[in-house]
Amino acid sequence: MKSRIPVVLLACGSFNPITNMHLRLFEVARDHLHQTGMYKVIGGIISPVNDNYRKKDLVAAHHRVAMARLALQTSDWIRVDPWESEQAQWMETVKVLRHHHSELLRSLPQTEGPDHGRAHSLAPTGSALVFPAVPELKLLCGADILKTFQTPNLWKEAHIQEIVEKFGMVCVSRTGHNPKEYISGSAILQRYQHNIHLVREPVQNELSSTYIRRALSQGQSVKYLLPDAVITYIKEHNLYTGDSS
Amino acid sequence: MENSEKTEVVLLACGSFNPITNMHLRLFELAKDYMNGTGKYRVIKGVISPVGDAYKKKGLISAHHRVIMAELATKNSEWVEVDTWESLQKDWVETLKVLRHHQEKLEASSCDPQQDSPRLERPGRKRKWAEQRQDFGQKELLEPKTKDVPKVKLLCGADLLESFGVPNLWKREDITRIVGDYGLICITRAGNDAEKFIYESDALWKHRNNIHLVNEWITNDISSTKIRRALRRGQSIRYLVPDLVREYIEKHDLYSPESEERNVGVVLAPLQKNTAEANS
Repeated sequence: MKSRIPVVLLACGSFNPITNMHLRLFEVARDHLHQTGMYKVIGGIISPVNDNYRKKDLVAAHHRVAMARLALQTSDWIRVDPWESEQAQWMETVKVLRHHHSELLRSLPQTEGPDHGRAHSLAPTGSALVFPAVPELKLLCGADILKTFQTPNLWKEAHIQEIVEKFGMVCVSRTGHNPKEYISGSAILQRYQHNIHLVREPVQNELSSTYIRRALSQGQSVKYLLPDAVITYIKEHNLYTGDSS
Repeated sequence: MENSEKTEVVLLACGSFNPITNMHLRLFELAKDYMNGTGKYRVIKGVISPVGDAYKKKGLISAHHRVIMAELATKNSEWVEVDTWESLQKDWVETLKVLRHHQEKLEASSCDPQQDSPRLERPGRKRKWAEQRQDFGQKELLEPKTKDVPKVKLLCGADLLESFGVPNLWKREDITRIVGDYGLICITRAGNDAEKFIYESDALWKHRNNIHLVNEWITNDISSTKIRRALRRGQSIRYLVPDLVREYIEKHDLYSPESEERNVGVVLAPLQKNTAEANS
């Protein structure tokens, strides 16, 4: 039986705050990759962006990390990694991917020789030994991110190429976005479209952190849109009241 | 407006809840924020009333499970609870009758001020009310102390509103009484369609002041049908339903291709009943 390629999904973003929609991305992506028969998703990483990203209304990273941690309490395969948020400055997504990829490699059992290929079938003693295949790290995002590749100066061309060539993407559809269009409109994306997995989310969900922040500042309920533990944290720390600049 | 001048409201949601989802739960939150926000109402309770098995809808699993899932889903809600009366009836019960049942229950417990109704109010509230009354002048104390009975209103999505137009699904008189005597709070995505629907119906138009349309600005399309489909296909329903509900479904293996085949070929109870009455 052909063994599946292990995959770790990495989601970068503000997570300001984390919502059920973010969490759904992981579930939907994992189901999709499993059902292709080619992959086995072995982990998920949420990487909240650095405060120096300077996006409007971005609350302090330590809060965003804490909220993500609370949201993931009940997940047995997704974790939050604060590395990106702890760096001295904002960093491009490709660098975050590189970091986590080398961390992944470092955590693998040692293999003989420089060849970090799929599997070694012979150990020095001559008996057959199969080492685990090197996991692939893929960028998990909404299909709207593909569109942002077209925004001038937002992404470096070389980075886009590295993301789709060396890592790969899993893009979950969102209302109003046609990912196939974005791919066909870009030479780089077209060339590596086999490495861009488009996932349909049948449950249309326009839930966004922006909506959550607005509802909170207006004193409206956000229950059932994000985990209860995160709502409690937001209330306890007086976040998103609309008072802070 | 003083709290004492506001009309107290109980939101009643009828439906299959097959299974209950985060979207159902959101309906309550949106409705409560809206009604409280008008300044005229105070929502004091939400009631989930799962339909009985006699409804005979395709894919409807036993009421026993649907009730338990709803209870698990509202376990950590301070104001929404599950009522089993409807689900325990042998025959299918018209929505109007369920509304009437709950309104009568409220009236009964309101007539007897001595009766403890802890579910109606948060603990401590009664004391506050009594303290307030002490501040009123002698005149008020001599007047009959009848507290206004809370009003039951039907909470629904736009699909229920539009189902009023399906032939034989509803009795015309029932629709009139639902919007006339009780009132409707309808959470809708496309407000225009719902408004048009009301406009085109004389009965609804007459009682339009009793029909509250609440806009759900973000599409949150977690239908039970999609949940059941995902389960049949081995797909995750995490974050679409409360964790306790998901665990219960997994533990009891509730939804399968077989369960989806239940009641296939059987006529839906209201259609059967209304067609029979029309023909009699």
